[in-house]
Amino acid sequence: MSVDDRALPVKPQIIAPGHTSATVSDHIGEIVFRKTPRWWYFGFAVSLALVMLLLMALTKLIVNGTGIWGLNNPVGWGFAIINFVWWIGIGHAGTLISAILLLLRQEWRTSINRFAEAMTLFAVACAGLYPLIHVGRPWLAYWLLPYPNTMGMWPQFRSPLVWDVFAVSTYASVSLLFWYVGLIPDLATLRDRSRSMLKQKIYGILAMGWRGSAAHWHNYETAYLLLAGLATPLVISVHTVVSFDFAVGQIPGWHATIFPPYFVAGAIFAGFAMVLTLTIPLRAIFKLQDFITTRHIENMCKVMLATGLIVAYGYLIEIFMAWYSGHWYEKFMILNRITGPYKYHWWALILCNILAVQALWFRKVRASAIGAFIVAMFVNVGMWLERFVIVVTSLHRDFLPSSWGMYSGTFWDWATFIGSIGLFLALLFLFLRFLPMISIFEMRTILPKTEEKG
Amino acid sequence: MTDQPSGTDAGRLELDDLRRKLDRERGQELWRSLDELAGSAEFEELIHREFPREAASWPEGVDRRRFLQLAGASMALGGLTACTKQPLEKIVPYVDQPENLIPGQPVHFATSFVHGGYALPILAESHMGRPTKVEGNAEHPAGTGATDLFAQASILGLYDPDRSQVVRELGRIRTWEGFFAQTQKAIRALGSLGGARLRILTGTVTSPTLGAMIRRVLEQHPRARWHQYEAAGRHTARAGAQAAFGQAVETRYDLSNAEIVVALDADFLTDGPGHLTCARDFARLRRIRDGKRSMNRLYSVESTPTLTGTLADHRLPVRGVEVAAVAAALASRLGVAGAGGAAEPGEGRGAWLDVAAADLRSHAGRSAVIAGEHASAEVHTLCHAINEALNNVGSTVFHAPSVEVEPVDQLASITELTEDMKAGEVDLLLILGGNPVFDAPTDLGFTEAMLNVGRRIRLSLYEDETSEYCQWHLPEAHFLESWGDARTHDGTVSMIQPLIEPLYGGRTATEVLSSLTEAGPMPGYELVRDHWRNSSGDGGFDKRWRRWLHDGFVEGSAPAGAPVTVVPEAVAGAVAEASAGGPELELIFRPDPTVWDGRYANNGWLQECPKPLTKLTWDNAALISPALAARLGITNEQRVELTSDGRTLETAAWIQPGLPDNSITLHLGYGRRRAGKVAEGTGFDAYALRTSQAPWLATGVALAPLEGSYQLASTQLHSNIELEGREAEKRHLVRTGTLDEYLEHPEFVAHMGHKPTSDQTLYPPFEYEGYAWGLAVDLGSCTGCNACVIACQSENNIPIVGKDQVARGREMHWIRIDRYYQNSVDDPEVHHQPVMCMHCEQAPCEVVCPVAATVHSDEGLNDMVYNRCVGTRYCANNCPYKVRRFNFLLYNDFETPVLKMMRNPDVSVRSRGVMEKCSYCVQRINHVRIESRKERRQIRDGEIRTACQQVCPTEAIVFGDVNDPESEVSRWKAEQLNYGILEELNTKPRTTYLAKLTNPNPGADRAGSKAHGDGGDDHGSDHVG
Repeated sequence: MSVDDRALPVKPQIIAPGHTSATVSDHIGEIVFRKTPRWWYFGFAVSLALVMLLLMALTKLIVNGTGIWGLNNPVGWGFAIINFVWWIGIGHAGTLISAILLLLRQEWRTSINRFAEAMTLFAVACAGLYPLIHVGRPWLAYWLLPYPNTMGMWPQFRSPLVWDVFAVSTYASVSLLFWYVGLIPDLATLRDRSRSMLKQKIYGILAMGWRGSAAHWHNYETAYLLLAGLATPLVISVHTVVSFDFAVGQIPGWHATIFPPYFVAGAIFAGFAMVLTLTIPLRAIFKLQDFITTRHIENMCKVMLATGLIVAYGYLIEIFMAWYSGHWYEKFMILNRITGPYKYHWWALILCNILAVQALWFRKVRASAIGAFIVAMFVNVGMWLERFVIVVTSLHRDFLPSSWGMYSGTFWDWATFIGSIGLFLALLFLFLRFLPMISIFEMRTILPKTEEKG
Repeated sequence: MTDQPSGTDAGRLELDDLRRKLDRERGQELWRSLDELAGSAEFEELIHREFPREAASWPEGVDRRRFLQLAGASMALGGLTACTKQPLEKIVPYVDQPENLIPGQPVHFATSFVHGGYALPILAESHMGRPTKVEGNAEHPAGTGATDLFAQASILGLYDPDRSQVVRELGRIRTWEGFFAQTQKAIRALGSLGGARLRILTGTVTSPTLGAMIRRVLEQHPRARWHQYEAAGRHTARAGAQAAFGQAVETRYDLSNAEIVVALDADFLTDGPGHLTCARDFARLRRIRDGKRSMNRLYSVESTPTLTGTLADHRLPVRGVEVAAVAAALASRLGVAGAGGAAEPGEGRGAWLDVAAADLRSHAGRSAVIAGEHASAEVHTLCHAINEALNNVGSTVFHAPSVEVEPVDQLASITELTEDMKAGEVDLLLILGGNPVFDAPTDLGFTEAMLNVGRRIRLSLYEDETSEYCQWHLPEAHFLESWGDARTHDGTVSMIQPLIEPLYGGRTATEVLSSLTEAGPMPGYELVRDHWRNSSGDGGFDKRWRRWLHDGFVEGSAPAGAPVTVVPEAVAGAVAEASAGGPELELIFRPDPTVWDGRYANNGWLQECPKPLTKLTWDNAALISPALAARLGITNEQRVELTSDGRTLETAAWIQPGLPDNSITLHLGYGRRRAGKVAEGTGFDAYALRTSQAPWLATGVALAPLEGSYQLASTQLHSNIELEGREAEKRHLVRTGTLDEYLEHPEFVAHMGHKPTSDQTLYPPFEYEGYAWGLAVDLGSCTGCNACVIACQSENNIPIVGKDQVARGREMHWIRIDRYYQNSVDDPEVHHQPVMCMHCEQAPCEVVCPVAATVHSDEGLNDMVYNRCVGTRYCANNCPYKVRRFNFLLYNDFETPVLKMMRNPDVSVRSRGVMEKCSYCVQRINHVRIESRKERRQIRDGEIRTACQQVCPTEAIVFGDVNDPESEVSRWKAEQLNYGILEELNTKPRTTYLAKLTNPNPGADRAGSKAHGDGGDDHGSDHVG
């Protein structure tokens, strides 16, 4: 390091010094080609076991009906919807990182975008499962789609659940496309580096004949930018629409205009928490500290802090509006959340989503992988609790006291939830094993300029 | 043949059980059951006992030998069922369609439902020969057009697959002919000694035909005796009348001009043979409608909260032991001869009684004092004296000879029977109905005594506890399968005619008894017809008979009134008996509000019907007051041990607001040991503590909390009674006021809430042209009796879900009765609010359904399209009234063939994963619409009656076209008492409520005035922002 450098405030690097195009390609590509490590088998086996649990829970569900869950009369939605919103929230970080940060020219996104996008896809896959299975007759769930049929029936377009179908499916397809388009140059790299015929074939097919010509790059850049433009509004829209599921309803605790922005912020909050939860251990395992640097962790922590504050604002506004509206049902709803039978959930939510996040004001915490990881774990739990509080505490005591009830998840509720985490992890393990988890070609572009000259 | 009860030989009993279980199954199900059986632990145990020598040497796992044993036993088991009579299921097409039978058009037949001996006149609806629904027979002199929940649930009782289906001797299947032959042979053998020492045990009998038949049997067997025992019978009413008048007298109340009613431990609105008439007349005087501005006033003294008490303007909770003293003090205040020496009933009560007495005095001849069915004989005697002193007899109170064939002291009767049996003086015991092994007073030792009887024969609907101890069990015909007759409370003979051939080959008591006569067994039709031909003469009999059957009753058969006067010494005697009692803990027994004395325990509708006050389902519990609970540190659902007279019962506790302190209420009828799949494992057997000396009230009881808890399934949250009440009040769900407040500020109801104006919407209003259906409920006259709940269940094929599902909050009732306690928990005001679908004009459920499975009709109905429903449950979440019900699991029974016959063919049977809710009985609307169109006319007001409306004893529900300003529902809705719940949400509910008015005595300081209290203050602050 030169003297000059020392004089300037140290800007944390987004890639460690000493890397060349070759080392980047080697290091990241190598992960895919080297012998499958033992821990991978172990982790994958555990994940698969959880997938089996999910399959068992789903079979039981299809055979017996939603009655195997803890749902009841006032509380018609439970774990399934909580988990749906939780997963879809987690699925926000990927597209946000890829699309919005790309458009904002935040170069640091490069080392984490591929991974975040993959995580998004898997989270959306988990999320998409729930609306499908939570209905009473899942085999008829396709009636929510507008398709020509002999019944002469269309979906009922005033229902937010129909909007959900469009929002989530659009988001899922654009995310998939975005991720896949982004992968193409790297798939070509893998094709070129593969030694076995089979791998060459598979990667070759997936690379769609990428040769890295100028025309290819030109088309690629255009397509990627367009997709980014397309994905950007989706980041906002999908969770806005999800929030409509509640906001359009008239149950106190659901019927609030704050919901769209507060849900979007919550989703980004949750998404970054999950990215951190996964990158921090992976970075250590794959020794990727050179590529995912402290600066990345810090930046993500800052996003989390900012969105966390928006979420906290949402909570405060809910309480304020309950008072300001002069509406007794609203007041009762808030009082019931804070002091009612689910008060521990609410207080735990405040601890996780508001108090714990304040630690991120301190650079020490942001810069420490362990500190960031702990806060992220708090947020993961907190965001699940937030959805629990919104869904359950609003429903369990609404307008008529005679119909009040209590809700708690059953074994099958938990099995489905944990099973979906297993599905997420299993997909993640496959991704880690077979695809480059950091965009190789994009990493090359952010190598220090001197390197190129040299 | 052995005389040992089958219960003593454990091994065979098991096999018998197995066989019985197999008997219930059919075809494919049977084999599936065998497979299941062969693998079950019980089966292994059975084999173990069947082959005891080999059993010990069985190694672990399955070897060849065990395999062969299992296979052999399976085959033997297969053979067990081979001798079962398979039901003949004939498909009979109509070659010539019977006249007047139009497929899809139900036919109604007049018949009678018999409960505790008394008839309730009904019309049974028959679809293609299958009875599917029961309605009241308004044309009957004692009928009101309404029915109670028991009558409504009798349809399920008819089709109950657990009913006994075969004649059995020691568990083996026999034929009726075999039974008749054997019995006649036995009787002849015993007859050589001058008549068999035969004993007949029945419940209360009012049936002239059955009475005549019993008398004929008694004539032919001089040494025979007839005993009657009804566990929840009118023992004290009988004794009280006997004491007061020196003879058995049936007392009937006509409340249509009773301006002051005093109830002494009386639930006259929902209990007792004439309660439907009382409820109707009482409610009519209570309604402020069409310019009428006066109401009756009800004072209620009660030892356990009753539904009548919830409507009382002044309620005085006293302990059971004090009721008689209160009655005596009231009599003394009213100057009843012989009551002068009555002691004062304790602090605070004197003033209450002064007010009531003054009111009674000023309304002499226009008042009624009613003693409860289960109040002590002294209370009955005193009531008779008070009514006489007030000149009420002849205007509101009527005495007539007892409607029973032979009124006897039934407790003495069963005691005598038990003594005789113990002494070995009985050769043959014929138990017709009842269930004495289960419900006889526990101190008698009935069961052991019965085992002394050589030949025990039992006729009943179920193979129950008593059948277990009888050699012969005979299946009884359900009343809907029977020919017969019975008297209503006013004495009118009501006909019973079958709607269907006995499903399980049952016969009636009369038919069985006819086999003991020389004439031999005769069909019921002949017996009833012959009886009436003999008693009414041959001339024109056929025509008369047809008219009786058509009308459902024998005209002019009610006996003339009995001119009776109260014996003054009886009053003095009753006053002397009426001590205030000690302070020790007392235990009050009452028949259960839904399963009664246990006879309806296997009726799922009744089991799942929430008990009116506790909202418990599937169980009874020891009801204790909040104060007692606090003192003993007992919480809801905690296990407790009750000790009375050295006998103990382990039960669960439930805190019941409004119970007097130091008083426990325990309902009878639960804890059935052998009753059927539905009844098994429900509740606690109160009969274990009930003695012949203290059938309704035991004193000196001990209550000890135990470790652990027992889950009780309540449909309304129990941990938050106070919060619920407070919130309901704040939300103005049940709006109440006093008559005076109403007269002063008739608009007070509207001021309690906030009704958005019709322009507070972004959308143009929808014009309802033609019909616009609406419904109004009068909260002032709803007694919370649950008849509507069961009527709706029967009409709309609503499934039961079981205790576990109720505990999870998944009951399916389309109409529920919300119960709110307000003010103090020790003496609360109780409000009932029937809640069905509101059919909101701006229904929150409709906008959120993604597949348009719930849509609005142009007549304002919120229709549910089951076939289209995918089950997102969004509609239920968004329904502010929470009236939607979801089939979380497959609740409806699609398998049991006999239950398919029960269902209303006009209503879809919903499957799993589908939402459902009240439809305003759309099938009835459409039925009437078709009729009106055929006749090219408008639907007339009152032509469509929803199931809940039709059954309501107090006429508290009105349905009709709100577009027609002249319709009754429009006139109700035009009243200033009319309001909608949660109207501020702008849902525009089509179901509205009429506020509950009470009429407290302005002279009373406190006395439980149900003022609407903070209504005026709250107005404004609770408006929607």
